[in-house]
Amino acid sequence: MLGRSAGRTMIRVVLPYHLRNLARVGSEKIQLEVAGTVTVNAVLDALEARYPMLAGTIREHDTKKRRAFVRFFACGEDFTMVAEDKVLPEKISNGEEPFMVVGAIAGG
Amino acid sequence: MKAVRVLVGTKKGAFILTSDTKRSKWTVDGPFFAGWEIYHMKGSPVDPNRIYASQSSGWFGQIIQRSDDGGKTWFQPGFKEGEPTTGGDGMPLTESNKFAYNTSDGKGKPLTTHQWYDGTQHPWEFKRVWHLEPSLTDPDTVYAGVEDAALFKTTDGGRSWTELSALRGHRTGEQWTPGAGGMAVHTIILDKMNPGRIYVAISAAGAFRSDDDGKTWKPINKGLSSEYIPDPHAEVGHCVHRIAMHPAKPDVLFMQKHWDVMRTDNAGELWTEVSGNLPSDFGFVIDVHAQEPNTVYVIPIKSDSEHFPPEGKLRVYRSRTGGNEWEALTNGLPQKDCYVNILRDAMAVDTLDPCGIYFGTTGGQVYGSSDGGDTWNAIVQNLPSVCSVEVQAVP
Repeated sequence: MLGRSAGRTMIRVVLPYHLRNLARVGSEKIQLEVAGTVTVNAVLDALEARYPMLAGTIREHDTKKRRAFVRFFACGEDFTMVAEDKVLPEKISNGEEPFMVVGAIAGG
Repeated sequence: MKAVRVLVGTKKGAFILTSDTKRSKWTVDGPFFAGWEIYHMKGSPVDPNRIYASQSSGWFGQIIQRSDDGGKTWFQPGFKEGEPTTGGDGMPLTESNKFAYNTSDGKGKPLTTHQWYDGTQHPWEFKRVWHLEPSLTDPDTVYAGVEDAALFKTTDGGRSWTELSALRGHRTGEQWTPGAGGMAVHTIILDKMNPGRIYVAISAAGAFRSDDDGKTWKPINKGLSSEYIPDPHAEVGHCVHRIAMHPAKPDVLFMQKHWDVMRTDNAGELWTEVSGNLPSDFGFVIDVHAQEPNTVYVIPIKSDSEHFPPEGKLRVYRSRTGGNEWEALTNGLPQKDCYVNILRDAMAVDTLDPCGIYFGTTGGQVYGSSDGGDTWNAIVQNLPSVCSVEVQAVP
């Protein structure tokens, strides 16, 4: 169920086409359980834990540095450049809006 | 042999071309990994159904794919459908796309920087796997040549990769400089008759040889002459495009360099030029006939910077004398208005008799010859730009 319960939050995440294929998820939107405060980092940690084949595709393996052409959108705002521990909007935490991982427009 | 399988990596996916041993009618399967760059695919010599593929994109980085059924189905090593992907601690069991440089002090030297275009030192940064070379004896062991130039090895079927850091840690490593296409280990040759011997080639550092399975390395560039570096005969800095070896004559190597076709008869100790009567001594591919160790194939390309066939004529050149005397092979190849390139990993020979030769172009054609190069046919005409071609004879 979407939303918070006992320190865990079930949110919705939208993955780009190629990452959906790697993760073998058919649907554009997936449900993801996030532990603790819902930040960009917490979402990505949960995503890589649930789908370990995505490790290294959104962030570098060891440094956790975001890959240059990956963007994060939430509730119509760009969360790509904001602090990774910034709390995401309430509509993400309650599942009303999805957290979006986007492959940037960057040529062919 | 029952079938021939040609593995084609392109800018937008992988394709597998299959034929019986007559090699006249082909089935095309794919695209696999549509939308991703497939720099290279290669099958294990001891298990042809085990195929490895390097899949990458500017967006999502490097992925390694593996097939255990001859390319019908694929999986990231460690992430096969139905098998656990994480251990009891929730951590991933494998990291098949993690190519982490060894940054520990090797022989007291930090393996962290190489020369950049402006002469400053620049950190080594992993970009992609250019070439996968499966072991001659073990299907789970594979060598990977990567950009920025380094050599990695897996012994668990691609689940994890460890750098053979002595190559990058060679005393010349800090002098290595990228070429226009980057700085990558693009050629890896394993020597069946001398276990532990590995040849690699790096653009734009040159050729190196190890006689102890990668523990130590020696530059083997004596005899090369490169006018685009301050000292044309320097120990390193040569833009080697490709090296080929016949397994029965492992001390004889042929090289297509950024200008000059070269030959060595002593495992790289000394090279001599064998460009002879080629219309251009520039090119990328070079390969050796499967049954005739002295029969060599190149595809001359015009340069500086044009990088298409001279006169718009796509010609494979064959030497039956180990170089110097070359004949143009044109039957079935376009002889006007052809302005494609053939990249360094995009030629292969099969092991049948008569020998089959295959190459792919940046225009998306894959040409094949089933008679040693005398006649050619376009197996496919409209694939995405071809990065690599390998061929397997399937029992």
